[in-house]
Amino acid sequence: MSTNEIAPETWGILAEFTDADALIAATRSARLAGYTRMDGYSPYPVGEVADELGFPRSEIGAIMFIGGLVGATIGFLMMSWVSVVDYPLIIAGKSMWSWPMFIPITWELLVLTASVSGVIGLLALCGFPQPYHPLFNVPNFARATRDRFFLAIEAVDPNFDLAGTRAFLAGLNPASVEEVPA
Amino acid sequence: MAAATNTHVDASLIEHDVYTDDEFLIGGQHTLATIGDKIGSVCLGDTVTPKAWWATFLIGFSLLQAMVVGLVWLFYMGVGVWGINSPVFWGVAIVNFVWWIGIGHAGTLISAILLLMHQKWRTSLNRFAESMTLFAVMCAGIFPLIHMGRPWLAYWLFPFPNNMAVWPQFRSPLTWDAFAVSTYFSVSLMFWYVGLIPDFAALRDVAKTKIQQMVYGGLAMGWRGSAIHWRRYEKLYLLLAGLGTPLVFSVHTIVSFDFAVSIVPLWHATIFPPFFVAGAIYAGFAMVIWLAIPLRHFYGMSDLITKKHLDVCGKIMLGTGLLVSYGYFCEVWFAFYSQSVYEWDTTLQRLFGPYWWSYWLLILTNTIIPQLIWFKRFRHSEFWLFMVAGSVHIGMWFERYVIITTLSRDHLPSSWGRYSPTMWDYMIMFGSMGLFLTLFALFLRFLPMISITEMRELLPRAAGGRDGHAVMENAK
Repeated sequence: MSTNEIAPETWGILAEFTDADALIAATRSARLAGYTRMDGYSPYPVGEVADELGFPRSEIGAIMFIGGLVGATIGFLMMSWVSVVDYPLIIAGKSMWSWPMFIPITWELLVLTASVSGVIGLLALCGFPQPYHPLFNVPNFARATRDRFFLAIEAVDPNFDLAGTRAFLAGLNPASVEEVPA
Repeated sequence: MAAATNTHVDASLIEHDVYTDDEFLIGGQHTLATIGDKIGSVCLGDTVTPKAWWATFLIGFSLLQAMVVGLVWLFYMGVGVWGINSPVFWGVAIVNFVWWIGIGHAGTLISAILLLMHQKWRTSLNRFAESMTLFAVMCAGIFPLIHMGRPWLAYWLFPFPNNMAVWPQFRSPLTWDAFAVSTYFSVSLMFWYVGLIPDFAALRDVAKTKIQQMVYGGLAMGWRGSAIHWRRYEKLYLLLAGLGTPLVFSVHTIVSFDFAVSIVPLWHATIFPPFFVAGAIYAGFAMVIWLAIPLRHFYGMSDLITKKHLDVCGKIMLGTGLLVSYGYFCEVWFAFYSQSVYEWDTTLQRLFGPYWWSYWLLILTNTIIPQLIWFKRFRHSEFWLFMVAGSVHIGMWFERYVIITTLSRDHLPSSWGRYSPTMWDYMIMFGSMGLFLTLFALFLRFLPMISITEMRELLPRAAGGRDGHAVMENAK
């Protein structure tokens, strides 16, 4: 592990590629070279990059499952409690706990709470809203939402070394390599 | 670019010299950058706003004023200004509610169901179809609220502990409806916004003025296309589509329960839920056609919304139209076969009673005229497709009108009555169309009308893309 004196001024090093396959190959090379704190950036989703980064599965499914389950359970119990305990009314000769009649609202609440927890989960996990990010200091990074693919190795990586990492990325045949100020 | 070798498409659907993909979905030569520029330049003001946009906006905005006037008078005087009476307690307001919410459903169908079914052609349509959903549900939501008589107490529909110690009636389809429609709106809004986040980031990064950068940048919330973020994003998008699919069926099923759970003859029918859902998709595709054709012409989007798209929409419209027509047949057959004097007599009233003209207008516009779509000559002609879709709009409105006028003659002849809407009904009805047009025009001008990100995914590898839509493969 090299000593890391430049960390305060540099967030990381950014390499630019012209197509998705080059980004996938570069991410794989960086992983094999021992880098762990890095991320790929692309204008559309490239699943293989996330695979190479060691992020094979997102947390969203579990979050939505739990969110939906909680919402549906609370909704069903709320209707049961209201109809049986707090405000019992005989409607059309049905029993107080006429649970099949509670299913439509239970279902709607399941969808609602699963969706809300998924969206909030996405924003929270990604750290959004995030008005500032060091990558936005690199003017060329605007093309990450247009037609270019980027790989950034961050200064917090234990293997990071300003000159060495820059040379490593330059060896991956990128369109450009830039230092990202913190 | 493999256009010449693909034999799946009829020659009359080919309108461009070259196609970027081999399925005739992207005309001309497009790349990652040109897709974004073409769609984004409208939002950033680099494309000259078409005159037709101003016409749409001004007509819509004027009609919206009619709605405001109508609502002010309604709130001042009460629902008596409408034509509703005893026994026709549900008037045009309910017709409009069901009409609008039905139109909304095609947006969810395109964005969610067709996503799950790997239909690539949905990509060009999903964004404006989702916007259509959102605005149509807004228009729909107004009607039950103002129909309540005391709309300022609308929050009573939802369960909350209150000093009156009462709760909503959870066994009532009307309460289900309040949950269904508000959930549908919320989920549609989230689905729409999540889909827009990467597009907002793309606009932020090409915006030139400070205001544009701040607004689109704020809406993008710091999106930078990270592979980790994309993975979560795609999973969320897929799961929202997976939840949206049964949601859309449940919503219109519950809307049909508003009628079917009652004991009114011809309303109390098991055919209602599937019949309503099919009708909703039918009406929605008609509206998609009505929106897509002007976009092709006035915004020059014929390279992204090709004739192939219109052809597919026309076919779905025809298919769902046949389901709806089967529903009309079933209603009459059930009434006849049930040997119930009330069912059969109400059917005769519907067919030959005082509102006979609305029933036969419905059959003409919803069942007979759409059969033209069988013929390529009409299906491949934008003019005729537009006309048939217009016929479906009228037909689907009258379908619900026929349903509510059923109330005028039911079991007890001594309580029979007549119904006719007043000018205040029509003012609010046409005003809601103004609200829709206004919102849609603003959407076209300021938000990307076609999903930039998803169109980029659709590009073949040679153009910088990934050979088709990969949402399903990457969502983990």
